[in-house]
Amino acid sequence: MFVLIVGSGRVGSAIAKTMLREGHEVSVLDEEPGAIAMLDSGQDVGWEEAGGSFTVGTALEIDALLEAGIEQADAFVASTDGDNTNLVIAQIAQRRFDVKRVVVRVLDPLRASWYREQGLSTVCPTQVAIEMLEDAVREEVR
Amino acid sequence: MFIMIVGGGKVGSQLARELSEKGHELTVIERGARRYEILSEEFEHVALNGDGSEIWVLERAGIERAEMVIAVTGDDEDNILIAQMARERYGIERVIARCNNPRNLQHFELLGAKPAVSATDLILRLIEHEVPRYGTLHLLDLPQENLEIIELEIADDSPVAGAQVAEIGLPDGALVISILRNGDGFVPVGTSVIEAGDEVLLALDAGLEETITQWFLPSAGRVG
Repeated sequence: MFVLIVGSGRVGSAIAKTMLREGHEVSVLDEEPGAIAMLDSGQDVGWEEAGGSFTVGTALEIDALLEAGIEQADAFVASTDGDNTNLVIAQIAQRRFDVKRVVVRVLDPLRASWYREQGLSTVCPTQVAIEMLEDAVREEVR
Repeated sequence: MFIMIVGGGKVGSQLARELSEKGHELTVIERGARRYEILSEEFEHVALNGDGSEIWVLERAGIERAEMVIAVTGDDEDNILIAQMARERYGIERVIARCNNPRNLQHFELLGAKPAVSATDLILRLIEHEVPRYGTLHLLDLPQENLEIIELEIADDSPVAGAQVAEIGLPDGALVISILRNGDGFVPVGTSVIEAGDEVLLALDAGLEETITQWFLPSAGRVG
């Protein structure tokens, strides 16, 4: 499948590398030209050499999304460092471009849970951490 | 009315001033600590420090009983989400969102953050209205009466140059009321011929300007 990932930070770049390794077509969009370094790091060959693509631009710019291949995307990952940006671009991907699988990283548990109820696949690392920490505390106590 | 304003910059604080003068109950949510200090000096308890795109902040500010929400932060994504949550999560019908970058207007509409107000867009529209395009000049607007009067200059290659007024076939709601030629004006009849270089005055039903202008533009080719 064709995966479009917006935001090439720690999370986005890690997902991108895994997906490429698994044989998917992967396109990454980031507003920072230097963000490609995250995709290159720890790899034997550079990101683009390995077959990945990288576009510089902001996801609110429709032209940037088109250049990054959103019309061909089977899956869309919103993993910029802004919750609100992620929630907006995920809805654009879902409503305007009919991308089948849209996954959104949202740090705020409240917004993550409400937008999940509205039909977005939100993943909340904070909530996951909270639950793991709670479990860890119970383990300690036991 | 209880009105919640998110974003206490120039726009938000001016709105707060005017709305409180009109006797409305207000809350202004501002994220920046510095800006909040300034606001709280003027507005006291009306100002609230926090990120107004966070659900708990909105609820602490009383969004559940807000009758109107105005999202005027400097960040379009924030304004879109605040407007969307106000409408869909809290069922508030009166929601206004500020669009900072007019290129984002399409996103506001797509996500139901309507009406979106874009200052740049408003200014552009005003300019369009003031500066004649295709030689069109707005002479008079009678919005109450739903009428406008415009003036058009007939270019050499305009399809109506050399045509009789009756031949142009203008749609209902448009009427040639005067022709100015060489400094003299006259009220035309159906057989009056429009010449290149004429200035033509038209009375129009409001909203017809765009359509009618096409009639007089070169390459329109509607005469005949």
